[in-house]
Amino acid sequence: MAKEGKAIGGPGPRATGNLDLSVMKDPLGTTKRLIGMITGKYLVQFILVIVFIILSAVAGVQGSLFLQTLIDDYIAPLLGETTPNYLPLLHALIQLACIYLIGILSTLFFNRIMATIAHSVLKDIRDDMFNHMQDLPIRYFDTHTYGDIMSRYTNDTDTLRQMITQAIPQMFSSAVQIVAVFVSMLYVSWQLTIVVIVGVFILLRVSAWVSGKAGNYYVAQQNSLGAVNGYVEEMIHGQKVVKVFCHEEKAKQDFDQLNEELCVQSTRANILAQVLMPLSANIGNLIYVVVAIVGGILASTMGALTVGGIVSFLQLTRSFIMPCSQISNQAASIIMALAGAERIFDLIDEPVEDDQGFIGLVPTTVQADGSMAERTDGGRASSWAWKCPQTDEAKLFQAEDGTWMWSRLADGQWVDAPAEGFVQGTGKDAYVLLPLNGKVTFDHVVFGYRPDKVVLHDISLYAKPGQKVAFVGATGAGKTTITNLINRFYDIQEGQIHYDLIPIQDIRKRDLRCSLGIVLQDVNLFTGTVRENIRYGRLNATDKEVEEAARLANAHDFIMRLPQGYDTMLDGDGSSLSQGQRQLLSIARCAVADPPVMILDEATSSIDTRTEAIVQAGMDSLMKGRTVFVIAHRLSTVRNSDAIMVLQQGEIIERGSHDQLIAQKGKYYQLYTGAFELE
Amino acid sequence: MYKRLLQSVREYKTVAILTPVFTALECLMEVLIPFVTASLIDEGISGQNMNAVWKYGGLLVLLALISMLVGCISGALGARASAGFAKNLRHDMYYAVQKFSFTNIDKFSTASIVTRCTTDVTNLQNAFMMIIRIAVRAPVMVIFSMVMAFRINSQLALIFLAVMPFLAAILIGLSMYVHPIFERVFNTYDHLNSVVQENLRGIRVVKSFVREDHERDKFQGISQSIYKDFVKAEKLLAFNRPAMQLFMYGVMIVISWMAAHLIVIGDMTTGQITSMMSYAMSSLMSLDMLSMVIVMIVMSLASCRRIYEILVEVPTLKYPEEPVTQVADGSIDFDNVTFQYSEKAERPSLVNVDLHIKSGETIGIIGGTGSSKSSLVQLIPRLYDTTQGSVKVGGVDVRQYDIESLRNQVAMVLQKNVLFSGTIKDNLRWGDANASDEQMKHACEQAQADEFISTFPDGYDTYLEEGSSNVSGGQKQRLCIARALLKKPRILILDDSTSAVDTATDAKIRRAFREEIPDTTKLIIAQRISSVQDADRIIVMDNGQINGIGTHEELLRTNEIYQEVYHSQVKGGEENG
Repeated sequence: MAKEGKAIGGPGPRATGNLDLSVMKDPLGTTKRLIGMITGKYLVQFILVIVFIILSAVAGVQGSLFLQTLIDDYIAPLLGETTPNYLPLLHALIQLACIYLIGILSTLFFNRIMATIAHSVLKDIRDDMFNHMQDLPIRYFDTHTYGDIMSRYTNDTDTLRQMITQAIPQMFSSAVQIVAVFVSMLYVSWQLTIVVIVGVFILLRVSAWVSGKAGNYYVAQQNSLGAVNGYVEEMIHGQKVVKVFCHEEKAKQDFDQLNEELCVQSTRANILAQVLMPLSANIGNLIYVVVAIVGGILASTMGALTVGGIVSFLQLTRSFIMPCSQISNQAASIIMALAGAERIFDLIDEPVEDDQGFIGLVPTTVQADGSMAERTDGGRASSWAWKCPQTDEAKLFQAEDGTWMWSRLADGQWVDAPAEGFVQGTGKDAYVLLPLNGKVTFDHVVFGYRPDKVVLHDISLYAKPGQKVAFVGATGAGKTTITNLINRFYDIQEGQIHYDLIPIQDIRKRDLRCSLGIVLQDVNLFTGTVRENIRYGRLNATDKEVEEAARLANAHDFIMRLPQGYDTMLDGDGSSLSQGQRQLLSIARCAVADPPVMILDEATSSIDTRTEAIVQAGMDSLMKGRTVFVIAHRLSTVRNSDAIMVLQQGEIIERGSHDQLIAQKGKYYQLYTGAFELE
Repeated sequence: MYKRLLQSVREYKTVAILTPVFTALECLMEVLIPFVTASLIDEGISGQNMNAVWKYGGLLVLLALISMLVGCISGALGARASAGFAKNLRHDMYYAVQKFSFTNIDKFSTASIVTRCTTDVTNLQNAFMMIIRIAVRAPVMVIFSMVMAFRINSQLALIFLAVMPFLAAILIGLSMYVHPIFERVFNTYDHLNSVVQENLRGIRVVKSFVREDHERDKFQGISQSIYKDFVKAEKLLAFNRPAMQLFMYGVMIVISWMAAHLIVIGDMTTGQITSMMSYAMSSLMSLDMLSMVIVMIVMSLASCRRIYEILVEVPTLKYPEEPVTQVADGSIDFDNVTFQYSEKAERPSLVNVDLHIKSGETIGIIGGTGSSKSSLVQLIPRLYDTTQGSVKVGGVDVRQYDIESLRNQVAMVLQKNVLFSGTIKDNLRWGDANASDEQMKHACEQAQADEFISTFPDGYDTYLEEGSSNVSGGQKQRLCIARALLKKPRILILDDSTSAVDTATDAKIRRAFREEIPDTTKLIIAQRISSVQDADRIIVMDNGQINGIGTHEELLRTNEIYQEVYHSQVKGGEENG
């Protein structure tokens, strides 16, 4: 539990403070793609937003320029007049009001439209990510930690949200402002413009330096926070052990040390972040003063400037510095968001599970003459068949005597063979129904999770229909691996696995998996009621069927003792239940699916032997005549199997029934008599 | 609640108080700057007086430098105060948790304690920073600006004094109205995250049952509702800035109009209009900040409450005034004990248990899942208090012992056992901080752990990862037993602690117990008959009651449950696990 909790729980590492574009693979491509996502579906809205942003920014700049001329052009002339005419001023103010009104409305419109676009795009991204993730191979989940994947849904999407809703519009309007003000500044005085540009350059360098440093400290703070969180998590999970061993004092000391360290780092990071604002604001003030002085000198010595010119230039200086520092503030968040976007796109671009299968699983009915037909009424199937359609490499034809033949392309040659099973349909649409028996064979299978590390060596085995086949062996011997290969969580490197004589890669993965019910040792339950959790096995199961399955798994009794019975809500992976109870639910979930073949991987490891015996009896009656694979380290679980395979380091070293193996007096016998440790 | 939380500021009190002081100074500078700027323009530039430019320019530089300095100091102090506050909060919570009894821990669940100590504290740290910096800044800014504005012209100042309440009402009202929507969004967010988490953890289940589409539907439903709420909230928030602008620009236009009249009369100068406007702007913008701060504070309330709950949680175990520190012997007596985990539990876990164990006896305990075997033994080291009746160790009620003395004499190997990240030695020293290498080796020999430890390249210095993922389940169990043995306890309790150990090794461990620590009372809970059958007495638990008690042979003759368990394990005639 502690291990799992760590992988997922707690806030993952927040956006790293690394503001370096070079860590990204392709910032330009990511930006393009992101813009593509916006413009692709929401082009009209996006253009509207841009228009409104420009309108609003221009109105803002115009407004403040207009306000300055107001004094010179409309108020000053009134001075000294005996009967001042306020009419021009009134006109001017109305004009100003109109400009402002346009600005205000534009701001309102672009903010509202942007909200819709931004969240539509974010929804698209989230949905794309999750939809795509469902099709990724298990291998992807093996090689990426939960925390890593989760942070794409949380931190990365979050920084992206901030960027799209806040940073992008602000960047736009700042840019428009800068351009507009810059032009006006040049118009008034190019000399002073140079002064301002130099000043702004210094301002940007200083703030980049501070935020860069803050970024470093921020990373240190996050690491330190991670250490504290990790320690708290480990200790609280082990709190009962701490108590039993009276270890409280020691636990406090270690904690204090980490906590102190975090405090230091956090202070550092926050000081720099907090200092940034007053620093940049006042550098702005200094630029302002320098402009005033230089302007004064220019005006008095060279006469290159009018007094009014300097005054309005000073106002422009303010309007110029503000958007510049805004952009520099946003730059950091944009870079972080782009890095996040890249990680999101990485997930979306990850290749999906490869599936070349074309053979499907269909429920069938057996007709009076013993032949089989596909069942289309949606009722509960009592038998299943593989539906083998014709492909480019396999054609069905009828021989002269009326029997159906397969013509298969093998090594460039067409080879004919009689078609087994029941042929349905005619001509090109004809297909064969091959009854599902649950016969599984491994021929010289070699497999490793990594190509250089072979886990299974040359495994050959067969399970006859209706047999119960058990695998025993130490942890790491490859028991679970075998079942992972049957349902194609992984593909084998050499050899062949056949399922009812069909090579399993020809079966569509979803149909293959539908035919196999799997109960895993680590039970995963989903937030929802007990009933919903059992129904996960077959979504259209009735309440009665759910209860039957629960009874069969001997889970009914304890469910009835839960506060709301079958309607009790489970959350946090069903943590309110004991491990044994969770296993019983997991078995019920598989039982309701009523699969033709079942794989029980340590499914009863946490259930006491007395209950296990009851569950087993139930399962045996459910799976009567169907193939079952059992993996267990408790030998009482596997004893009544038809065939037991003893695995050691990826090889089958013994096989046979319980009695045969006991008689052999080999490894199994040693295990059984307790001379040998498993797990 | 705030009083209790603020107690954690402690040594950072000075800093926390100085921060707003410096912030106020910073505000003062910021208010003075436009004032001086107006003079610079009026006297220097407009008056074409270079001396005045230098004078006011110099003053302005000075003010800017002071403002920068004061601002930086205030920022630094704020950072220190809030980081310190967070540190103290974490410290207080962690210490409070250390005092918790098992009942307290059960009440909160470990995951929730962890979030409270981490995420919630971080939230509060940020909110605290906001409060001492911005929440002070905004009102101070408003007041200073107003004072300055009134100094220039009280009539004009009255205008924006008049509009301010309206703007404040709109901004705060809007945030308050939007806030619940955001809260809902964040809850939905949590929901979305948990769907993704469960999907990730259960990806094998999803794929095995071919439920990809089902999961997609589930996700899309939530993602859709996040979208709807977010758009709704942000569309409302979109009124924020325009409302600000409306008031700001409106005030400016009105000021211009009225100022024109005043200037004409001669009550005002042109330069003063500019300052007036910048005061209008800064005071209205402060309101915007204020509304943001209020939302932040409201949002941090939930975290405050969650932290507070930990801090004020009263440990359920009461300690005696004059504790007994010596444990006489290893005898255990349950006198008519009834026990339930919480008052809300539907039925008690133990009902009227009466049980007397002599010092040095070996007791096996067997029973199905949920038969309260663990509950029974957890009462002995007083991990929980009985609901009725009493438990005595060495003839003294456990409630009269000094808790540490009692637990040092009662070593318990828990069912859900934990080794901590650190070396094997580090972990063993939990049992005895001063244990010598020989003592540790000896304990490990008894627990049959020495053999595999010596096969590790680093031996006893092997580093155990968190969750001890680098040792097998059986090895972990044996290390836990060794750790408990190092306490040299009078009573040793093994709660299903050899389930992953093979029967032969299991037998060796029991033999070591018999030979090496004959005087220690041993209670062994097990699933396997073989683990308990050579015990002096075996207790069969069923539904919180003792169903039978006796030796293996006696129970095999008389006890139905025992017979069933026995037969489920020994069908083939031979014993096994």
